[in-house]
Amino acid sequence: MLRFLRLVGQRGLDVLASFGRAGILLFLSLWHVPGRREWSLYVKQVYQLGVMSMGIIVLSAFSIGAVLTLQFYTQLARFGAQDSIGLGLALVLLRELGPVVTGLLFAGRAGSAVTAEIGLMKATDQLSSMEMMGVDPLHRIVAPRLWAGFLCLPLLAMIFSAVAIWGGSVVGIDWLGIDDGQFWAGMQEGVEIGTDVGKGVVKCVVFGVVVSWISVYQGYDCVPTSEGISAATTNSVVYSSIAVLALDFLMTLVMYGEFK
Amino acid sequence: MTDNLIEIEGLRYSRGDRLIFDGLDLVVPRGEITALMGPSGTGKTTLLQIIGGQLKPDAGRVVVNGKDVPSLSRRELFELRKGMGMLFQSAALFTEISVYENVAFPLRVHTELPEDIVRDLVLMKLNAVGLRGARDLMPSQLSGGMSRRVALARAIALDPLFIMYDEPFTGQDPIAMGVLVSLIRGLNESLSMTSLVVSHDIHETASIADQIYVVADGRVIGRGKPEILRESASTQVRQFINGDPDGPVPFHYPADDFLEDVLGDR
Repeated sequence: MLRFLRLVGQRGLDVLASFGRAGILLFLSLWHVPGRREWSLYVKQVYQLGVMSMGIIVLSAFSIGAVLTLQFYTQLARFGAQDSIGLGLALVLLRELGPVVTGLLFAGRAGSAVTAEIGLMKATDQLSSMEMMGVDPLHRIVAPRLWAGFLCLPLLAMIFSAVAIWGGSVVGIDWLGIDDGQFWAGMQEGVEIGTDVGKGVVKCVVFGVVVSWISVYQGYDCVPTSEGISAATTNSVVYSSIAVLALDFLMTLVMYGEFK
Repeated sequence: MTDNLIEIEGLRYSRGDRLIFDGLDLVVPRGEITALMGPSGTGKTTLLQIIGGQLKPDAGRVVVNGKDVPSLSRRELFELRKGMGMLFQSAALFTEISVYENVAFPLRVHTELPEDIVRDLVLMKLNAVGLRGARDLMPSQLSGGMSRRVALARAIALDPLFIMYDEPFTGQDPIAMGVLVSLIRGLNESLSMTSLVVSHDIHETASIADQIYVVADGRVIGRGKPEILRESASTQVRQFINGDPDGPVPFHYPADDFLEDVLGDR
């Protein structure tokens, strides 16, 4: 029993310490104005993390939009309400699925790559040798990846929602034959910039920060061995996914309020 | 300014429960090659990391070029490191850029030199290590010995005051070894650098070092010119320098009694 308590206490302290290290990492990395010649590093990361994730985002978005429309249709057509499919689709995507699914996909596609890359750099002494050359790896390696993540996730989520709505329209209008005027007009009337688009963007920004932060921290703090890197990569995806889902629930609770 | 580039006094450092340094004193005079030798696992690499400010000692003074390393701020530490070069045992080249770009890296980051001067400097440094022809290769295409020579070219790119070599000779073939030995000696003289070489290759190290420190059990057990150490009064030092397997320096990592461990109760 005593041993168990000690184990729990030790584990708790470890978790607290790692939160502390993650906080210091974030602060030291962002407390830095990039020099003129460092911009290319940021651009490269936006390409690596953002542009290279477009494929999976577009593919998933299209198929999710298409499937959602099919499901909406089977239910709503029974009440003759298939005209509101456009509105339903837009709300679900902008408020929830766009940010959340993009967050999860980004953690799997880009976050894991960042963790593995930084972890391997650590294991092969590249970070250490950079430090010894008087170059701070937090500024050169970590900061560009953080900022690129902050920027790319919201942009990818917008692309996700747009493509998913297009996917829904292809299935709904072109295939199932819903009235296209009703489809788009319902969306135009029902979607509000502030409550729907705005709050969705807030979620994306939060997910962008959290997923990028977890990914770089897991890489930077990993045990520099093969097992260490593999564990860090797994943790990066698992923690990011849990964080996205948990924060989504909390933010929905707070932002859309009045549930009782 | 003192004649010593590095002065370490009463250094204590422990990792976990294990005490690695217990009152270590070491001095590296300017312009000389100082070697640090000792059995594996005596924390020689750890000492380099302490000098470079990557690890903080528990106690003791570590002064590099007149600055007390453990008390420097992060910014001051990075400033100090610009005057240092370090050759890692693993070479630690940046794997995603070419040999040329690796050597150009410190120049591009720390200076505003125009591209044609960067090019001239990089080619000069690569020529010094005999790899001017390999400039377009990627680090993954190099052998271990070549990687280390590229890393050496990168370490001297900014003409540092001081360079630390971590096990430069391990895993090198005899020819590369000879090349490295003469490179280290030659660079030290032509660039009037100060060098600290960590190694356990007795012959190579003895042939270039002005002074050798022998470290064991967390402290310095012998220091002096190579020829003096051979005649040392300390049996520990003589055992190490002559490479005798048995003697006061134990071959075994500290452990319980062998018979007890194998045959005893579990």
